[in-house]
Amino acid sequence: MNRKQKKWLHRILCAAVLYIAALILYHNQSLFPGALAEYISIGIFVAAYFIAGYDVLKKAVRNIGRGKLFDENFLMSLATIGAFAIRQYPEAVAVMLFYQVGELFQNVAVDKSRKSISDVMDIRPDYANLLTADGERKTDPEEVKVGDTIVIKPGERIPLDAEVLTGESLIDTAALTGEPVPRTARQGDTLLSGCINTTGVLTAKVTKPYGESTVMKILDLVENASSRKSESENFITRFSAVYTPVVVFSAIALAFLPPLFLPGHPFGQWINRALTFLVVSCPCALVISIPLSFFGGIGGASRKGILVKGSNFLEALAKTEIAVFDKTGTLTRGVFEVQRISPANGFTPELLLKNAAYAEYYSGHPIALSIRKAYGKEIDPADIRNAGETAGHGIHAEVSGKMILAGNRKLLAENGITVPDGENEAGTTVYVSSDGIYAGSILIADKIKDDAAEAIAGLKKNGVRKTVMLTGDAKETAKAVADSIGMDEFHAELLPGGKVDQMETLLKEKSAKGKLIFVGDGINDAPVLARADIGIAMGGLGSDAAIEAADVVIMTDEPGKLVTALKISRKTLKIANQNTVFAIAVKLGVLVLGAFGLANMWEAVFADVGVAVIAILNSMRNLSTKDV
Amino acid sequence: MRRSYRLEGLDCADCAAKLERKLSSIDGMKSATVNFMTLKCTLEADDERMDEVASKAEKMIAVQEPDVEIRKL
Repeated sequence: MNRKQKKWLHRILCAAVLYIAALILYHNQSLFPGALAEYISIGIFVAAYFIAGYDVLKKAVRNIGRGKLFDENFLMSLATIGAFAIRQYPEAVAVMLFYQVGELFQNVAVDKSRKSISDVMDIRPDYANLLTADGERKTDPEEVKVGDTIVIKPGERIPLDAEVLTGESLIDTAALTGEPVPRTARQGDTLLSGCINTTGVLTAKVTKPYGESTVMKILDLVENASSRKSESENFITRFSAVYTPVVVFSAIALAFLPPLFLPGHPFGQWINRALTFLVVSCPCALVISIPLSFFGGIGGASRKGILVKGSNFLEALAKTEIAVFDKTGTLTRGVFEVQRISPANGFTPELLLKNAAYAEYYSGHPIALSIRKAYGKEIDPADIRNAGETAGHGIHAEVSGKMILAGNRKLLAENGITVPDGENEAGTTVYVSSDGIYAGSILIADKIKDDAAEAIAGLKKNGVRKTVMLTGDAKETAKAVADSIGMDEFHAELLPGGKVDQMETLLKEKSAKGKLIFVGDGINDAPVLARADIGIAMGGLGSDAAIEAADVVIMTDEPGKLVTALKISRKTLKIANQNTVFAIAVKLGVLVLGAFGLANMWEAVFADVGVAVIAILNSMRNLSTKDV
Repeated sequence: MRRSYRLEGLDCADCAAKLERKLSSIDGMKSATVNFMTLKCTLEADDERMDEVASKAEKMIAVQEPDVEIRKL
């Protein structure tokens, strides 16, 4: 509690003590002669009322002047003054007192959730150590320019996006990615602002101004996410715009119509019922708790390395029916590696790989790169002669005097070398021959990400009806990947335009309320990202294009985060729905009971502030992401 | 062009929602958001009208929410 809230609490306690004293006196009027006890107790009630509610009254008067008649303060003042007028003194003071207790509680709860949200987003650097001619100087990150050199010590937050000049250290990226394992940073590596330097001193050259740095982009995105409202929020806005006037006018009708038209109904009784209406007329519980649940969900997701660009997207995620994936870079690592070496005719695996690596020495093809990487040793170019390439088929070169061919089946067949039939495998197979003798084959394939299969299973468990993979790759490769991770459907050999066509077909397949998500790496798939209901870019850390194009950005390259995002979305929606139903049900219930005289001020106060507090507490559950 | 403010002391969610609606109706305002949780108010208008729109908005906030302290970010 802050100072203002403590003062508030003291006021409430003070008023409560007076209230109890007055109440005792009011019910034991024989203590004083005549009507004296009643007058004294009324005096104390009035004093307690003003101590508890003078600020509410002040605001109410100010608001009348500005024509804000449906303001909470005004309605509460009207209700309590009305109670005084019909000589319900204890009720009048109690309503104000409880209203204030509820408001204080609400205030503390909002402060607390504001704090937890700012903790979630506490990635803003406080200062930068700028290296100048006169040595190091602590400065505001905003004053550092591109090209300046900064020093980052162990334990400090990286203030700006930069490139390491000297030093080596482990970088904790958890605040940005949710990833617990630190990354190593050496000379030439990129440092992202918001991460924490843990072990060594680094000097680095700033690559982006503070305003465009990763940390500012993320904060901006999360803070502005609430401007894209979810359907639940829009519903509440529309509901509350109608609800308050309707309840207030019903109260007026309730106060005057029955006594005027029904004989034997005194005004006092109906005014009492009308005042009950006024107390319940504020939609505050809903107006606070729904955006709070969404904000909590967006904040919690960002802590897990998932940036959601709007409440509407967070809401829509829970309704995902079809999940479409790009293959390369999303489900697979997008890095080609030698997966299998199968020597033949007495060649050793080492010799086979060596021959292939030497033959491919001058080639810049990704396959050549991965073979040389697998070989891993220095290659002496003096041993290579007459190297050449047959486009689309492979390579030929003289290595240490032997004629080496490395390429597809066709290349070897054209040179009269028979290749034994092999099984169809995902990836690219390079066949190698040495002086006309078949030496074996090397399989190069893109590796499937470790958690891809788990992610697909997780999506299924969370209500996704169908998973589809789109790829430009060959059918065999696509099939192998799709089968091994349990994908429902795949479409291979697609040109970029073909992916959009496939999306159109899939969009027609889903139900009206269901959503289609597309998950890609954000490179080359902008049209598909835009066409999907929700475009999700994976591996967005440091990639501006991906952050721009997508609705949801997954900072790491784990498909498993999708399941986390879906779970957070479902939890958010559940909490928002619980609050909506609970608040509306209680309020309507009290209104109906109140109209028939079965509920009084006490129930009304509960329906107003009690419900608000319960709804806020329920929403605050969404700030914790421990269980997702 | 965007301009942001911090509305210190904004303590009622319903007021924040109402304020947002009122601000959005200012002539020349492209979009206005009042975030009750972060206490941040963001206004968007065309570059040449920004100053005019922002001063109208500042006045409106002062009238609607006299207890709120407006700080430019």
